[in-house]
Amino acid sequence: MANDPVILLDKVNKWYGEFHVLKDIDLAVGKGEKVVICGPSGSGKSTVIRCINRLEEHQRGRIVVDGVELTSDIRSIDAIRRKVGMVFQSFNLFPHLTVIENLTLAPLWVKKTPLKQAQETAMRYLERVKIPEQAHKYPGQLSGGQQQRVAIARALCLKPDIMLFDEPTSALDPEMIKEVLDVMVELAGEGMTMVCVTHEMGFARTVADSMVFMAEGVIVEKAPPKEFFAAPKSERTRQFLSQIIGH
Amino acid sequence: MVTKGAWWNDAGVRAVLYQIVVLGAILLLGWYLVSNTLANLAARNIATGFGFLGREAGFAIGESPLAYAPTDSYARAILVGLANTVIVALVGIAFATLIGLVIGIARLSSNWLVARLATVYVESARNVPVLLHLLFWYALITEALPGPRQALNPIANVFISNRGIKFPLPVWEAAHGWMAAALVVAVAATLVLARWARTRQAETGQPFPIIRVGLALILGLPLLAWLAGGAPTALDRPELKGFNFTGGHTVSPEFVALLLGLTLYTAAFIAEIVRSGILAVSRGQTEAALALGLSRGQVLRLVILPQALRVIIPPLTSQYLNLTKNSSLAVAIGYPDLVSVANTTINQTGQAIEGVALVMAVYLAVSLGIAAFMNWYDKKTALVSR
Amino acid sequence: MSAPIEQSPGEIAAHVEEPMRATLAAPRRGRGAAALLGWTRRNLFSSVPNTILTLVALALLVWFLPPLINWALVKATWTGGDPKLCREAGGACWALIETKHRFILFGLYPHDQHWRPLVAMAIFLSAIAASCDPRFWNWRLAGIWAVVLAVGGWLMWGGFLGLAYVENARWGGLPLTLILATLGIVLAFPLSILLALGRRSDLPAIRAVCVGYIEIVRGVPLVSVLFMASIMFPLFLPEGLTIDKLLRAQVGIILFTAAYLAEAVRGGLAAIPKGQYEAADAMGLGYWQKMGLVILPQALRLVIPPIVNQFISCFKDTSLVIIIGLYDLLTTAKTALTDPPWRPFYVESYVFAGLVYFGFCFFMSRYSQYLERRLNAGTRR
Ligand SMILES: Nc1ncnc2c1ncn2[C@@H]1O[C@H](COP(=O)(O)OP(=O)(O)OP(=O)(O)O)[C@@H](O)[C@H]1O
Ligand SMILES: [Mg+2]
Repeated sequence: MANDPVILLDKVNKWYGEFHVLKDIDLAVGKGEKVVICGPSGSGKSTVIRCINRLEEHQRGRIVVDGVELTSDIRSIDAIRRKVGMVFQSFNLFPHLTVIENLTLAPLWVKKTPLKQAQETAMRYLERVKIPEQAHKYPGQLSGGQQQRVAIARALCLKPDIMLFDEPTSALDPEMIKEVLDVMVELAGEGMTMVCVTHEMGFARTVADSMVFMAEGVIVEKAPPKEFFAAPKSERTRQFLSQIIGH
Repeated sequence: MVTKGAWWNDAGVRAVLYQIVVLGAILLLGWYLVSNTLANLAARNIATGFGFLGREAGFAIGESPLAYAPTDSYARAILVGLANTVIVALVGIAFATLIGLVIGIARLSSNWLVARLATVYVESARNVPVLLHLLFWYALITEALPGPRQALNPIANVFISNRGIKFPLPVWEAAHGWMAAALVVAVAATLVLARWARTRQAETGQPFPIIRVGLALILGLPLLAWLAGGAPTALDRPELKGFNFTGGHTVSPEFVALLLGLTLYTAAFIAEIVRSGILAVSRGQTEAALALGLSRGQVLRLVILPQALRVIIPPLTSQYLNLTKNSSLAVAIGYPDLVSVANTTINQTGQAIEGVALVMAVYLAVSLGIAAFMNWYDKKTALVSR
Repeated sequence: MSAPIEQSPGEIAAHVEEPMRATLAAPRRGRGAAALLGWTRRNLFSSVPNTILTLVALALLVWFLPPLINWALVKATWTGGDPKLCREAGGACWALIETKHRFILFGLYPHDQHWRPLVAMAIFLSAIAASCDPRFWNWRLAGIWAVVLAVGGWLMWGGFLGLAYVENARWGGLPLTLILATLGIVLAFPLSILLALGRRSDLPAIRAVCVGYIEIVRGVPLVSVLFMASIMFPLFLPEGLTIDKLLRAQVGIILFTAAYLAEAVRGGLAAIPKGQYEAADAMGLGYWQKMGLVILPQALRLVIPPIVNQFISCFKDTSLVIIIGLYDLLTTAKTALTDPPWRPFYVESYVFAGLVYFGFCFFMSRYSQYLERRLNAGTRR
C-alpha cells in the first residue's frame, strides 16, 4: 500500500529545552492509509502529530508531506496546512463565531471562496456530520459531541487530503464518543488519509491499516492491527495493551 | 389539615413590611439631615438655590479653551472648568491607552529583559498613590526645569521651561479648512469602501486591503488638500521677549504634571488589563486557526483580537472612568478643572451644597452614561453558552 | 496575509506562538557559563527582532541607570543634617530623610511618644493579616477587632492608664494613613455586606435603594465625597454639635469604600451556585440563617483577594485627605519641604514617601496573590 507515501517522517528528533521528546521517529503513511497511534501519556504522540502540520518545529530529521518538505519557509507551511486538516482533543472552536461562521472562516480568508459558495459547502459538511440544524448556534450552546463534529466539519471544509486527529474523543462522555467515531469511520470509508491518536481500540480494529505504539519518544512497534493486537512483538506493547483493554 | 396562619406570617405581607420599614428609616434620616441643614443655613444667613450661577465670578482662570474673563458669570467659569476636565481626560485616555498597550504587550514578550523592564514599570507605577505622581511631576517641572530665559530647546521652536511647554502652531489659513474637510471626506470614503469591500468579498471571495487603503486615504487626502491650498507653512512661533515668551501655544506646567501623573499611573493598570486579555485567549485557539491555514496576521485579526477585546473592554472602560475621576486631583496642583473651579466658587459664595452637588451631578452623568454603554456592549458581545 | 500588518502585531503573535518558552525561561543555576550563554541566547537573542529589542532595552538602561546610580548613591549625602553639604555634593540628599523622617512618618505627634503609634500600627497590621485568613474566621474575630480598635484608640489618644493625652489634630504621617485605610475597610465591610445583599434582594424598594447608593458613590470622585464630608457634614448636624475633621474624613472614606466593597462582595455572592441557595432553602433555613451560615462563608472566601485589592486602593486613596488639610503620609512629605533650606530636595522626600507606599502596597498585593493560590488549592480538593 505504501508505494508513494504522502507523509514521510525520516529520523525526526525534537527537544523541549533539554528534554528529548522525539527520538529518531520514522514513519511513512501512504495515500488513503489510516494510521492509529497509541501509547502511554507523555510518550510524544501529540508532538508527532503536531509536527506534521508544523504546530511544533522539529529540530533534526525530515518531514515531507505530499512532496513538500517542512522547513521554516512560510509558503510551504501555508501550502501544507491547507492540505492537512486537524481535529483537537479540546475542540478549539472559536467561541465568538457561530457554527457556520466557524466553518466558513478559513474558506473565506484562506481559499478566497465567495461567501455563498462557502456557506453551501459548510452546510453540506454539517449535514454529513448530522447537525445542519445547529448552523446558527454558538459553540457554547452545543454538547461536546456536537462541538467535536463541528470541528471535524470545519477541518473538512478546506477539502484536505489528510486528516490528523489528536485524541478526538477523550474529552467526551461515553454516549457522545460513538457519534464522533461514527463520523470518523464514515470518513475513513471514503478513502481519506488519516493519522489518528486514540485509545479507542474498537475503532482502531475496524479502521486502521496500521497501528503504531509509542513510548518515551520512540516508535516501539508498527504493525497491522490483527498482528498488533493478537501477537505484539514487544513486552512494552503487551503491557500497555493489557492495561487499556484489561481494566 | 389546613390552618390559616396569622397575616403577619404571610411572606408577601412580610416583604411589604420590610420595605416600608427600610424606606421609612431612610426617609426619616433624610428628613432629619435636611431639617438640620435648613436650620443651619438659616442661622448662617446662606440662601439656597442656584441663583449665584448668574453672578459675576470675579476670579481669573489660568488656562481656558473657551473665551473667559473674570467679569463672566460663575456658570461660565464652571463651564470652563468642565472643558478643562474634558480636555485632560481625553488626552490622558489617549496616552494611557497607547502606553498601556505597549507595556502590556511588552510584559508578555519572550524577551526576558523587555518583560522584566515592563514589570518593573507596572509595579512601581501602580503601587504609589496617583496624587504622589502628580505632586512629584509638578515639583519636578516647576523646580527642576529652568526659567523661560534658559528654556530647554529640544527641537526648533519648542521651549520647555518651568512655565510650561511652548510650541508653534500653524497660522490659520483657508487651506487648513480644506484639510479638515478632506479628512471628513476620507473617513466617509473609507467607511463606504469598507462596506463595498465586504460585499465584494462575499460575492467573489477576493479580500480587499481596506486597512492600508483606508489609512492611505485618511493621511493622503488632507495632504493633497494642503498642497492644493498652496502648502502654507507660516507658523506662529514662540519668541522670548523680556522675561517670557510671546506667541506660539502654551501648555501649562499644571496641565503637563496632571497629564503625566494620570497617564503613567493609569497606563500601568491598562497594561495589566491588556496582558490578561491576551492571556485569556487560549493557545488552542491560535493553534486551531493556524491549523486551518490562516496567516499570523489573520489569526490575530479574526480570532485573537475579537476574543481579547471582549475581555479587555469592560475593565478598560472603568479605567477610563477612573482616570476621569482622578483628574479631579487637579485641585491639588492648581489646574483649573471642574472641581478646582467649583471649589473656588464655593469659597467665594459659600454655596457649598450647590457646588458639591453640581460637581457630583456632572461626574455621575458621565459615569452613568458610560455604564449604560457598557451594558449595551456586554449584551452585544456576550459569548452565548448554555 | 499582508506583510506590513503581520509586522506590527508581531509581538503578540510571537507570544501566542511561544508562551511555553516564556515559562521555561528561568535561568538554570549552577550549570556554569555554558548554561548562562544558552539561556542568554534563547531569551535575549533568539531572533533578529528579539535582538533589536534587547539592544534598545539595554540602551535605555545605559542611558538611564548610571546617572541614576550616580545621583542616588555615589554623589549622595547620607548624614549631616545640613542642606548645604547636600548642595555641595550635588547628589541625592538623603540627609533630608535623616533629619525629617520622624516628621514624615509621625507628623506632629509628640516626639517622645512615637512608640505609641508604632505599636498601634503593628497591632493593626497583625489584625488585618489575621482577618484575611479564613482559618481565623469565626464570630470571635469581631470581638478581636473591638479589642484591637479599643487598644489602638487608647495608644493613639491616651489620656488614661498612664498615657499622656494626644489630641487627634496632632496625629499624622503613616499611622494616620493606616488608621484611615484600616478603619475605612473594617467599618465599611459590614455596610458593604448589607448593600450587596440588598442589591441581590427580591424586594424592589430595598434593591433600588442599594443600587442607587452603590452607583452614585461609584460614579463620583473621592475628592467630591471628601469635600462633602468636610463642608457639608457640619451642616447636617443639629446646631451646636460639631465633629472634628479627622472623623469627617473617616466617615467619608467609609461611605465611599463601602460602595466598592459591596460590588466585590456581590461578585462573590453571584459566584455561589444556585444549588447552594436551594439546598439551604430546602433545609428550611430563614433568610438570615441561609446567608449567615451557608452563603456568606463561601462567598466571602472567594472575595478575599478583591477585598485586599480594595484595601490597597483605599490605602493609596487616603492620600487625598491632603485636600482637606489632614496630615497623612503624603502631606507630611510635602510639608517637610516647606522648610526653606530643604526645599530643593523634593525628589528625596517624595521618593521616601513613595517607597513607604510601595512597600505596603506591593507586600499586600503579593499577600493577596498568595491567599488566592492557597484558597484555590483549598476549594479544588
Ligand atoms: N511546550 C512544551 N514544553 C516542554 N515540554 C513539553 C511541551 N509540550 C509537551 N511537552 C512534554 O513532551 C512530552 C510529550 O508530550 P505529548 O503531548 O506529545 O504527549 P502525549 O503522548 O500526547 O501524551 P497524552 O496522552 O497525555 O496527550 C511530555 O512529557 C510533555 O511533558
Ligand atoms: Mg496528547
